[in-house]
Amino acid sequence: MRVNFTVNGRKQEADDVWEGESLLYVLRERMGLPGSKNACEQGECGSCTVRLDGVPVCSCLVAAGQVEGREVVTVEGLADYAKHREDAHPGGGCASGACGTSIDAAQRWQAKPLDGQTGEAGALSPIQQAFIDAGAVQCGFCTPGLLVAADELLERNASPSDQDIREALSGNLCRCTGYEKILDAVRLAAARQEEAV
Amino acid sequence: MATTGTPTNITQGSKTKGGIGESTLRPDGTLKVTGEFAYSSDMWHEDMLWGQTLRSTVAHAEIKSIDISEAVAMPGVYAVLTYDDLPTEVKNYGLEIQDTPVLAHGKVRHHGEPVALVAADHPETARRAAAKIKIEYAELPVITDEASATAPDAVLVHEGRDDHHIGHVPHPNIVHRQPIVRGDADEAAKRADVIVKGEYTFGMQDQAFLGPESGLAVPSEDGGVELYVATQWLHSDLKQIAPVLGLPEEKVRMTLSGVGGAFGGREDISMQIHACLLALRTGKPVKIVYNRFESFFGHVHRHPAKLYYEHGATKDGKLTHMKCKIVLDGGAYASASPAVVGNASSLSVGPYVIDDVDIEAIALYTNNPPCGAMRGFGAVQACFAYEAQMDKLAAKLGIDPVEFRQLNAMEQGTLLPTGQPVDSPAPVAELLRRVKARPLPPEQQWVTAGEQADVRALPGGLSNTTHGEGVVRGIGYAVGIKNVGFSEGFDDYSTAKVRVEVINGEAVATVHTAMAEVGQGGITVHAQIARTELGVTQVTIHPADTQVGSAGSTSASRQTYVTGGAVKNTCEHVREAVLEIGRRKFGSYHPAWATAELLLEGGKVVTDGGEVLADLADVLEDEAVELELEWRHRPTVAFDLRTGQGNGHVQYSFAAHRAVVEVDTELGLVKVVELSVAQDVGKALNPLSVVGQIQGGTTQGLGVAVMEEIIVDPKTAKVRNPSFTDYLIPTILDTPTIPVDVLELADEHAPYGLRGIGEAPTLSSTPAVLAAIRNATGLELNRTPVRPEHLTGTESS
Ligand code: FES
Ligand code: FES
Repeated sequence: MRVNFTVNGRKQEADDVWEGESLLYVLRERMGLPGSKNACEQGECGSCTVRLDGVPVCSCLVAAGQVEGREVVTVEGLADYAKHREDAHPGGGCASGACGTSIDAAQRWQAKPLDGQTGEAGALSPIQQAFIDAGAVQCGFCTPGLLVAADELLERNASPSDQDIREALSGNLCRCTGYEKILDAVRLAAARQEEAV
Repeated sequence: MATTGTPTNITQGSKTKGGIGESTLRPDGTLKVTGEFAYSSDMWHEDMLWGQTLRSTVAHAEIKSIDISEAVAMPGVYAVLTYDDLPTEVKNYGLEIQDTPVLAHGKVRHHGEPVALVAADHPETARRAAAKIKIEYAELPVITDEASATAPDAVLVHEGRDDHHIGHVPHPNIVHRQPIVRGDADEAAKRADVIVKGEYTFGMQDQAFLGPESGLAVPSEDGGVELYVATQWLHSDLKQIAPVLGLPEEKVRMTLSGVGGAFGGREDISMQIHACLLALRTGKPVKIVYNRFESFFGHVHRHPAKLYYEHGATKDGKLTHMKCKIVLDGGAYASASPAVVGNASSLSVGPYVIDDVDIEAIALYTNNPPCGAMRGFGAVQACFAYEAQMDKLAAKLGIDPVEFRQLNAMEQGTLLPTGQPVDSPAPVAELLRRVKARPLPPEQQWVTAGEQADVRALPGGLSNTTHGEGVVRGIGYAVGIKNVGFSEGFDDYSTAKVRVEVINGEAVATVHTAMAEVGQGGITVHAQIARTELGVTQVTIHPADTQVGSAGSTSASRQTYVTGGAVKNTCEHVREAVLEIGRRKFGSYHPAWATAELLLEGGKVVTDGGEVLADLADVLEDEAVELELEWRHRPTVAFDLRTGQGNGHVQYSFAAHRAVVEVDTELGLVKVVELSVAQDVGKALNPLSVVGQIQGGTTQGLGVAVMEEIIVDPKTAKVRNPSFTDYLIPTILDTPTIPVDVLELADEHAPYGLRGIGEAPTLSSTPAVLAAIRNATGLELNRTPVRPEHLTGTESS
């Protein structure tokens, strides 16, 4: 079958897709977008997380046919996606993401009530930069899925508490980090986002 | 040459940035966060085929027949291979004993053993073709434990063993045995006021790295093959792959592709040989990617163990003696079992002073899944048992468990049971003091100002099954000792090639090693070492491949020590060569060239007094300096096979944990509230990575304490839970905050004084959590992982 959908803002067409193929397979093997990872292919680890019409999903559990006419964002499109979100809601000024909040400061940072604030622009999205700065990347296999999930969390909730972060990322396994630095990274991105206002 | 005539004092600020001791960021970080980093499962080649393994559905059987006719006939299928298609007489491989068949021949010895291979143009075609292969098995009785393995009439898992271990074991179904006898444990036991005995069970843990076993084999024009693969040790793979393919080693060219975690699970061969065989047979590139189900069969696991311990102590709290027997289940093939036995036995007393010991460790051959290397390597199982014993003794004597440990803690100079002195700092008592001194996390965090409990903070989380009625808190401590590097006389060397040259007016360095970066951050540290030693800012890390000498394995906490040491050593020689060029060119301008101790810093040649003599770029101009050198740490010796005596280890690392848990005693649910850790790292070359490693290791220890176990059916030896649905690893909700306290007591024998760090935090994490659960519930809990039925007394078996 043929599937037409939008990936990272670009119209795509996949031909000869076998009915059983997952969105993950189509992205990785047909579109040349291997950023979404294949760690379990059974919906348990979150490594393959992408956004489907804005909603984070395990792309290994989505049949390719289900995405007909829909919009997919993968880790490869995350920076762009964050930038466009910023264009739609200007206000952030931290281009590189490195605008002065140290990890220590971020660790002390306390969540504030929701204020509807969204992300900011940059070559990397703020959450990507924060993962690097906080040391949240080791082998990095879990990273793309975590980034997509964490970015969606921050879009929805600019000031997540630790419990909010844990709940939002509970579908993403990481075997290397012990998660502490992943928490740091999300706190850091949130703190920078707040400072940039 | 502007600076040569006018020496200036350099300031602190001109030291090379990004050297050791700084938390420099990963060079591969950006690629990893943008999805561009090429992991082994991302490899792709035009025209490539997909390989698929067919695995046995039974644990122990004779293979009566294999019929591939239907599979071969399927459209899209390019090759179907069985044992008969292997090209040479070498049909087995293995790390220490070559007992593992590339494809099963005559017999299968465990559930999931590879029997046949398929290459096809779509992964689904390959899977369907594999399913069409018909195998007729005649099942044999399964050997699953010590009793069935060592019965006088037991079926032999491997008939006609010819490895050198066979002479030292009482039964051919024992892979290896290591007794250690020092002092007189029976005599010393007479001085004991209390004696405690315990029998402990450690479940089978899986490395569960996220990046599946995968890689791409590309046939080359000279009849050889290029293999892009995720592994822990390229050269060890090469040594095992080439003979089976019937190729000289030069014709098997290996390049490390992105590795999604390892933890010991990539020390053995998985799909490497299979992909090469299919590529050579079809003349096309072949990619193999395991799914999670297959991954559980594709690598060895942590040895499950039974441990029988006896300790004695005087009433003032001094340990008198220890006797133990450790039975490790090695499964169907040897893998690293002999070395795991060596570690389990030599570290079985833990970080304590006990002069009189009687120790025996064995590993069995059974029809259970093969077990081998996993983070902590034999020391983990022992730590679980001896730490439980320490708590029992302390309780019996009425002494605080931390105090009791401190009373008996080893120090620098203490002898191991092997008679080897620990000749570097051993801050065991201090590490315990530090975790104990830390303020405790607030109690009952689910109690909120309003009426409604915050169920997210309760054991079980959002499942909302309790409001905290049956929840009790407990606190537990543990400490452990792990050896660093390969022991028992192994020639544990590494190789580094380092080049400096001037590019665009700036001196830059390239570091080329075969070290497998598996996520631990070795490449970050190598760049830091090169900056420190060569005074350059720009360092390129060459991809790891077999075009440079072996780096040894990324395991045993050894890579920063040994390959880091090799990079340091090669850089030092490169620096000397660079300075020699400088002396030749500029020696006459300034007497310091001949008389002072010279350093390279901030792109300049400086004296140890801080005087700048020249720009590195001016010294080198268009000359490049390149050296490739091997580096070794001090040698070790094999343990005596009867007494276990001998200086078998290189270095030790120590970590202590305090666990705070909350247990819902009605539901049998455990929430680990906090798991704090103190570890001595000798010297933190990259503090950010050090902390990340310690937290990651701690979490794996937490996993095996409360959830992780591969369950093997004792009647059929089949694996029951090969999936992430049924084999649970900790999520971010299961993992508490992990405060880390890093000590830096230099080991004078190691480069920069560093200590290997990767494994120690995995040891004491598990017993600390268990101790905390015991403390909360008063239950004995002699097995790990602890499951709800153990806490509620509803266990069926
Ligand atoms: S690969 Fe999709 S959830 Fe694991
Ligand atoms: S799985 Fe390796 S960094 Fe998360």
